[in-house]
Amino acid sequence: MSENTVTPALELERVGKAFGNVIALNDVSLRVNPGSVTCVLGDNGAGKSTLIKILSGVHKHTSGAFRVEGADADFSSPRDALANGIATVFQDLATVPLMSVWRNFFIGNEPTKWWKPLGLLDVKKAKRIAKEQLLQMGIDLRDTNQAIGTLSGGERQAVAIARAVYFGAKVLILDEPTSALGVRQSGIVLKYILAARERGVAVVFITHNPHHAFLVGDRFYLLNRGRMIAEFERGNVELEQLTQAMAGGADLDTLTHEISVIRAE
Amino acid sequence: MAEKTAAKTDERIGRVSAITKMMRRPEFGALLGAIVIYVMFAAVDTTGMFTTLNGTAGWTDFAAPIGIVAVFVALLMIAGEFDLSSGVMVGTAGLMMGMFISEWGFTILQALFATMIFAAFVGFVNGYLVIKTGLPSFIVTLATFFVLKGANLAVTKMFTGTVRVSGVDQAEDFEAMRAFLATTFTVGDAQFQITTIWWIGVTIFGTWLLTRTTFGNWIFASGGDANAARNAGVPVIRTKITLFVMTSMAAALVGAMFLLRLRGMQAGQGVGQEFYYIIAAAVGGTLLTGGAGSAIGASIGAAIMGLAAIGIPYALWDQDWVSTFLGVILFSAVMVNTFISRRASGARK
Repeated sequence: MSENTVTPALELERVGKAFGNVIALNDVSLRVNPGSVTCVLGDNGAGKSTLIKILSGVHKHTSGAFRVEGADADFSSPRDALANGIATVFQDLATVPLMSVWRNFFIGNEPTKWWKPLGLLDVKKAKRIAKEQLLQMGIDLRDTNQAIGTLSGGERQAVAIARAVYFGAKVLILDEPTSALGVRQSGIVLKYILAARERGVAVVFITHNPHHAFLVGDRFYLLNRGRMIAEFERGNVELEQLTQAMAGGADLDTLTHEISVIRAE
Repeated sequence: MAEKTAAKTDERIGRVSAITKMMRRPEFGALLGAIVIYVMFAAVDTTGMFTTLNGTAGWTDFAAPIGIVAVFVALLMIAGEFDLSSGVMVGTAGLMMGMFISEWGFTILQALFATMIFAAFVGFVNGYLVIKTGLPSFIVTLATFFVLKGANLAVTKMFTGTVRVSGVDQAEDFEAMRAFLATTFTVGDAQFQITTIWWIGVTIFGTWLLTRTTFGNWIFASGGDANAARNAGVPVIRTKITLFVMTSMAAALVGAMFLLRLRGMQAGQGVGQEFYYIIAAAVGGTLLTGGAGSAIGASIGAAIMGLAAIGIPYALWDQDWVSTFLGVILFSAVMVNTFISRRASGARK
C-alpha cells in the first residue's frame, strides 16, 4: 500500500497545544494507518501525554488540524472519541482496581437487556463475554468476579486491550503499556499489540522504550520538547538509530563523554 | 480458535471456597456483627420482649427511617462523595411540607410533590457545587447542613411564630396519605410501622440499582477511580449529581413520613442524623474512600442501630449508653470489614 492511497485512520497536521503561555505541543504532524502500529517515542516531558490527551478527546488542540478517517474531529470528551472508534488505554488508569474483572471489562459500555434506556445490566452476558474474550487473549480466570486489582500489571493491560478490541476500536491508543512491566509481561502486551494490528486496528503505541517500539512498530515518530523531530519507516531504520535519535543524539554524546570523564577519575 | 489451547487451567490459581466467596461480600462483616449483637441483646433481655414480634416491631421502627436514607448515603459514598446535609434535610423537608399545608392550604399530596422538587434542587446544588468548585463534598455539604439548619429555625419562626409546625392533620387528604407514609400494620400481636416496608423496598431498589444496572457500574467506577472511569466513557459528573439528588430526596421522604406520623414537626428535627446514616453505611462495609460497598450493608448497619436502641433499655441499661455502644460498633465493624476484605481479596496480606 502506498502512502497516500489509504485514508489514515487518524491524522494530525501541524497541531499545536498551549496551556496558557506554556507550549506543550508545536507543529506536530502524524499519520496513523489502519492495520499498522505507529510508535510515538519520546523521553519524559517530550509532550507524549499531551498528544495522547488530544487524540483521546481529553484536551482540545489549539492550532492545526485533527482528522479522523479524513473528517475533521471535534471531540469534547473521551466519550466522543470512543464513539468515533478511538479507544485509549491509559497507563495505570485503564482499570478500576476495586471493581471485578467483568465490571471493568464493560465500564462505560455495559451490555443491557430488555429496553436499553432502562439501563438493565445483562450480568450473565457480561460475565460470559468477558471470560471468552480474555480466554482468547490467553488469560484464564476461574472467576471474573475477582477484583481486577488482584491481577498482574500485564494482565490488567491485556484486559484493557481486549476490551478496546472487543468494542470495535478502529484506533487503539496505548499509553506506555509496558513501562511498569517485567520482560515476560511486556512480551505478552506486545503480542496483543500485534494481535490487534492483525484485526485491522490502527495502533498508536506511545513509549519511551525504543526496544519495545522496534519489535512491533511499522512507523516511528520521535517527539522531543513538544516537537516532532524525526520520522522513520520500518525497514529504513536500525534500533541504534532509533535509540540515538530518541535520546536527542548530540545530548547523548555529551552525556557519554561526561560520564566517561567521571568514571576515569 | 485460540480457546482450545488457552483453556488449560492455570496451576497458580488456587481454589476459591464458597466461604471465602461469601466473606468477600462487603456486607458480610455487618451481617455477622448483627447476628452477634442480636444474640447478645436476646441474652441480656430482662423483659422477654426482645425476640418477640413486638420487640421486632420496636427495633425496625427505629431502624427503618435511618435505613431508607442510609442506603442512598451508601451509594453516594461508593461513588466517592459524602452528604452531611442529609440529616438536616429530613427536618427541612418536613417543616417545608408542613408549612405548605398549614400556612398555604396545600393538600398533603401537593405539598409532598413541591417538597420533593425542592429536595431534588438542594441535592442538585450540592452535587453541582462539588463538581464545579472541586471542593471536597465533606465541606460543601457541611456548609449546606449549616445553611439549612439556620433556615429551618428562622423560616419556621417567621411563618408560625414558634419553632414547631403543626396542623397538618387538618388537610383533607391527611388520612389517605398517612395510609401510605405513616400508618401501621399488624403482624400477629404487633404493630409494625409502614416505614419498615419502605425500608425493605428501598434496600431492594438500592441493591438492584447498584448491582444490576449500568448506573450501578458507573457508581462503582466513579468512586473507585474517577479518572479511569471518565477515560472509559463513564459520565462521572452526571452519576454523582444524580446520587446527590437521590440522597436528598430520600431524606425528604423520611421527613414527610415523620411529619405525617407526628402531625407536625420541630425545627430541630433530623439534625445529627447524618452521622447515623454514615455510620450505617460504614458498618455495612462501604469504603469511606469510595469504590466499594453495598446497599444491603447499609441496611444491616441501620438494623444494628435499631437493635441497640431497643436492646439497651430492654436490658435495663441506661439509654444514654446507646451512642457509646454505636461508637464501639462503628470502630470494630470497620476494623473487621477491612481485615476481612484484605484477607478475602488475598492480594496484599
